[in-house]
Amino acid sequence: MGLMQGAACETAFRHRHLLGIEGLSPADIEHFLDLADGYVELNRQAEKKRSLLRGRTLINCFFENSTRTRTSFEVAGKRLGADVINMAVAVSSMVKGETLIDTAMTLNAMHPDVLVVRHPESGAVQLLSEKVDCAVVNAGDGSHEHPTQALLDALTIRRRKGRLGGLVVAICGDILHSRVARSNIALLNTMGARVRVVAPRTLLPISIERLGVDVFHDMGEGLADVDIVMMLRLQSERMRGSFVPSTREYFHFFGLDYEKLRKAKPDALIMHPGPMNRGVEISSEVADDIDRSLIRHQVEMGVAVRMACLEILAGDVGNRPPPTFPSLGG
Amino acid sequence: MNRLLIRGARLLDPASGLDSPGDLLIDGARIAAIGGTIAAADAEVVAAEGLCLAPGLVDMRVQLREPGAEHMESIESGGQAAVAGGVTTMVALPNTEPPVDDVSVVEFLARRAREARLAKIHTYAAATKGLTGRHLTEMGLLSANGAVGFTDGTKAIADALVMRRVLSYARTFDLLVVQHPEEPSLAGAGEVNEGEIATRLGLAAIPPAAEVIMIERDLRLVEITGARYHAAHLSTAAAIEAIQRAKMRGLPVTCDTAPPYFALNENAIGDYRTFAKVSPPLRSEWDRRAVVDGLADGTIDAIASDHAPWDQDSKRLPFSSAAYGIVGLETLLPLSLELYHNHHMSLLDVIARLTSNPAQILRLPVGRLATGAPADLVLFDPDPAWRICTDDFRSKSKNAPFDSRPVQGRVVRTIVDGRTVFERAC
Repeated sequence: MGLMQGAACETAFRHRHLLGIEGLSPADIEHFLDLADGYVELNRQAEKKRSLLRGRTLINCFFENSTRTRTSFEVAGKRLGADVINMAVAVSSMVKGETLIDTAMTLNAMHPDVLVVRHPESGAVQLLSEKVDCAVVNAGDGSHEHPTQALLDALTIRRRKGRLGGLVVAICGDILHSRVARSNIALLNTMGARVRVVAPRTLLPISIERLGVDVFHDMGEGLADVDIVMMLRLQSERMRGSFVPSTREYFHFFGLDYEKLRKAKPDALIMHPGPMNRGVEISSEVADDIDRSLIRHQVEMGVAVRMACLEILAGDVGNRPPPTFPSLGG
Repeated sequence: MNRLLIRGARLLDPASGLDSPGDLLIDGARIAAIGGTIAAADAEVVAAEGLCLAPGLVDMRVQLREPGAEHMESIESGGQAAVAGGVTTMVALPNTEPPVDDVSVVEFLARRAREARLAKIHTYAAATKGLTGRHLTEMGLLSANGAVGFTDGTKAIADALVMRRVLSYARTFDLLVVQHPEEPSLAGAGEVNEGEIATRLGLAAIPPAAEVIMIERDLRLVEITGARYHAAHLSTAAAIEAIQRAKMRGLPVTCDTAPPYFALNENAIGDYRTFAKVSPPLRSEWDRRAVVDGLADGTIDAIASDHAPWDQDSKRLPFSSAAYGIVGLETLLPLSLELYHNHHMSLLDVIARLTSNPAQILRLPVGRLATGAPADLVLFDPDPAWRICTDDFRSKSKNAPFDSRPVQGRVVRTIVDGRTVFERAC
């Protein structure tokens, strides 16, 4: 809590939605993290409930399967007193042929206060946000952004290292398909960290260096003297020859084990957005290393960051009077 | 091991540009001294006055049929054929049964080659699993276990996206990708060069453009990925020109050709001679001359035998049913020397295409006469005239259209790691 000082707390967040990290200022990010810091403490108490969002409605609108992110938003919303509804859209309207915009209009007519949206197509969450009156949180759109993941990663790092600026962070693995990588690259660069990406060329998009990262194709070189190693999940359909020949080869050259980790700083920490493929991108010993692996902390920080996010977008800290309904025939 | 002094040979070392008479001393498996007059009282002496001594030939494209079709060729018989032809290092294509797409097959081949103790054998591994052109092989592990490059053998890697990923993945580990450059969707069921001969014979034809189309596509992908790319057995003027332009643009591109493409043209098919059925097909005289020019001006880096052994059952068939390919290990040197005897190239340049250039492309520490280098050598007489006799081949297969062809130049002795593995009784 010592980090939560002065100006940052008073910074007003000037965006209606949280669609991505791209476009946020260092002050915006600090504001999220400072607020989230407080919720970490709250979440560790027996009595966790707040009434900040009482009367507000949060709809979790997931067009793509998710357990951990959806649950994390659900817990965050409930702890702040909101009414949380989970919609698994993948099994309802999409199947019936409704367009995304129609779904957005339908949801909007129910007057939610926050929509948390995940969608398999890049840019879809933004499209939806343009059609609704409430705040929208991007919980992951295609291979584009996953801003709350980057914020929770940042909070995890900041609490452990005391800062973000000046750190060297290596993001390793399937950068090509990863929204987590894109959000983290944007956030870490904004906060003055030095970002590296390490992957076989088949898993790196062209011109990735234009995003302000140093590119490596060898784990030994890429991990040399880094403070943080972020591993990314390699989805199984991508390791059968299209992008990577096999899990065996992938682990041999790009999986994180103690041998490769030895190149990093002695106090380097390990992160993974989950869910992990043990023995594919990360060895079990490293993943379970209680001193160096932050993987379970990341999940804890996730709830806190999402509470901060809901407070900022829907909490109206400035005591707005409860919404009034226009009287009929008034 | 003891010492061997080769006395008075014409020493030919393209890597250093050396072409002068002198002695060469072998100590154990390595070259101990080169040039001038060497005194070595304890060494066995080979009198080599009038003969040429060059690095052993490095044949970057052979099919050995082991495992899977040992009745056509094996590591042992292919090794015998190689050393009789002056070849001390050869690289096998992965189109065996099973194909070389798994580390265990690479290790098997290495063990069999060690046991045979003839020519050194390296292997390419498949670029795609099962040579099916779909999924990447474990290139990193295969390379770590000895595969010197990646190719789908006698099949083109046809799908552009797959090829892009092969190149991109290969670039990650700085590996060589070798393409059989023929656009299969254009070649279709064709089996000979498109033109008058195909028309007269009524055979399905492959247009020469099938080669350059695939190469031009690949060069664009090389431009994106930066991978090391090698086009095998070039046979057309257009393809050679495309490679030349790519080299001028600085792309990491190399190519080879094989003796049939400069020693023969499509007329060799004559009356449906299946021994002249080869992939890519024999081309027009105009293209053949372009291959000679490409070799002479250096656009074509290497000459490989493209050794493709087939038993009689595979060739004594109607033309369309017969297999593609020619055995070449034992005729590689005399056919290549035609380029020298016909005054197209200097002897040293011909030897460069057969030794130092392929070794450099493959990054193998052979193909040069240098103190400390492996003593892999060929001693040959460049001049005597003789006729090729396919019955004399040590290869298990005799499928070559060169029977009775008069040639000049013959291997006298082949040395691998200081051991004499072949010697022709004079």
